[in-house]
Amino acid sequence: MSNQINPGSQNAPQARQVNVFDLSMVDLIEMAKKLRRHIITMTATAGSGHPGGSLSSTDIVAALYFKVMRYNPLDPQWVDRDRFILSKGHAAPIVYAALAESGYFPVEELTTLRKFGSRLQGHTDRNFTPGVEMSAGSLGMGLSFGVGVALAGKLDYRDYCTYVLLSDGECEEGQTWEAVLSAAQYKLDNLVAIVDYNKIQLSGWVKDVMNLEPLNRKWQAFGWHAIDIDGHDLGQILAAIQEAQKIKTKPVVIIAHTIKGKGVSFMEGNVKFHGKVPTSEEVGRALRELE
Amino acid sequence: MTEVSTREAYGNTLVELGEENKGIIVLDADLSPSTMTCFFAQKFPHRFFNCGIQEQNMIGMAAGLAASGKTVFASTFAVFASCRCFDQLRMCLSQTGLNVKIVATHGGITVGEDGASHQAIEDLALYCALPGFTVIVPADAIETAEAVKAAANMHGPFYIRLSRSKTPLVYAEDYHFALGKAVTMQEGEDVAIMATGIMVAKALVASEVLAKQGINCRVINIHTLKPLDEEAIVKTASEMKGIVVAEEHLAHGGLGSRVAQVIAREKLVPMSFVNLKDRYALSGKAEELLQKYDLTAESIELAVKSVLEKK
Repeated sequence: MSNQINPGSQNAPQARQVNVFDLSMVDLIEMAKKLRRHIITMTATAGSGHPGGSLSSTDIVAALYFKVMRYNPLDPQWVDRDRFILSKGHAAPIVYAALAESGYFPVEELTTLRKFGSRLQGHTDRNFTPGVEMSAGSLGMGLSFGVGVALAGKLDYRDYCTYVLLSDGECEEGQTWEAVLSAAQYKLDNLVAIVDYNKIQLSGWVKDVMNLEPLNRKWQAFGWHAIDIDGHDLGQILAAIQEAQKIKTKPVVIIAHTIKGKGVSFMEGNVKFHGKVPTSEEVGRALRELE
Repeated sequence: MTEVSTREAYGNTLVELGEENKGIIVLDADLSPSTMTCFFAQKFPHRFFNCGIQEQNMIGMAAGLAASGKTVFASTFAVFASCRCFDQLRMCLSQTGLNVKIVATHGGITVGEDGASHQAIEDLALYCALPGFTVIVPADAIETAEAVKAAANMHGPFYIRLSRSKTPLVYAEDYHFALGKAVTMQEGEDVAIMATGIMVAKALVASEVLAKQGINCRVINIHTLKPLDEEAIVKTASEMKGIVVAEEHLAHGGLGSRVAQVIAREKLVPMSFVNLKDRYALSGKAEELLQKYDLTAESIELAVKSVLEKK
């Protein structure tokens, strides 16, 4: 009898409300550029941080916060909100940028990133930042948390969706695969994992450090519905999320093929910018490219 | 003294709590017939999840459920509940303060025959190192039931360590548990024996023997290692010729270390320690191991005498 949970919550009493921004494609593209500019400015001002993996996640995060998810910045703990869980905690800058632009806190606060006394800690911390669902930084833990959140949604007959953003490097952690097994076991069709597959980790190319391929087939073999997309094509991102919402009785993974440092020519595909910030001269060039 | 299993008390108490509070969710990592969460699983199958052999994932799931408003109990053996998922405990529970109660059974060497791999003797050091965790080692089944109820009614992460073998009852049914308050089990004016868990019963036996030799011991049960009842420790130090600390744990980082820190800071008195020192134990019957590794009433008696000699 154990491990039997409520079937799909499509009959939940709550009305599904839409994203408050619901941007057009043109505006969404502009928003993504704006978020990228924030990432450059924030990390450069902080003098440290992880711009590369934030830039690769930008289009995914932009789509979720400004087109897909329902939430209320004035009520961060609203019980029926869709949940966004950042597992790759070093990509904190993109989440902070999205939270600021969506109204959780003032945009001016972004440049306090990593500074003493700031609400914007080096890695996301749920104790300090409104809108941050879970603390992260030690890799491979976010999907487990997402399983718990999605399970609670099923138990309470709530129809929120739980999105977890993982890095490719995190798929090297054993715990990620524990969580993958369990989400399938509990038939969590209200859980969507998105892998920011930018192919680069701190010390080199993922395929050279610890190859993940065939990644799509691995997730499928673990009982997930797996979708490969271009993680910088907003149309593909939105289509994949729509497809995910229709899948019942199993969780969905969107494997988003991305480019580390996307949007800034000299940062794209450059291992150096995993954990290094641009110089002041590079900031000028980057911001010009992102106009 | 009547012997009752603390893990059985835990299993029964969980069922009681589950009746009262529908927000209680129980997780286990493939050990529910041993941790006794199986009672809850039978009664409330929809609120019980067997996470399989995935301690790290279980802690993350517990955090996610707690962040969604649930009161989560997660159980496995003490050795896995501490060593196997320490990073998860640190980031997901200690740093967040989420409402998860880790109740681990099979603590200490009294696990017995399974041997060193299964004997959790560093768990108290690990959990006490985590900011925000409340750490409790009940002395018997009655205190276990009380401590589990207290944990359910308080917000924040808890670690409760229970045993595999049956433990002598040191309390009456009407015992009232006060979190963070040391309990004087017996008055005395020469030496204080501060004990936790299974060592409380042994301290009571030792004090009886010593009383016949004219040495009167005050026996104190420190069931809550964190937050520590510093006031009681300082008061005891000022009234006694010395203090003996007894625990089923390694020498470093457990109750002994914690009491010594208070004594060093506030009021110096001679101390002696009864513990597992700095070594792992072997397979064997619980009673054999307690003898072999000096976790006995006799060891406590010797420690009391050594403290008096230091005076």
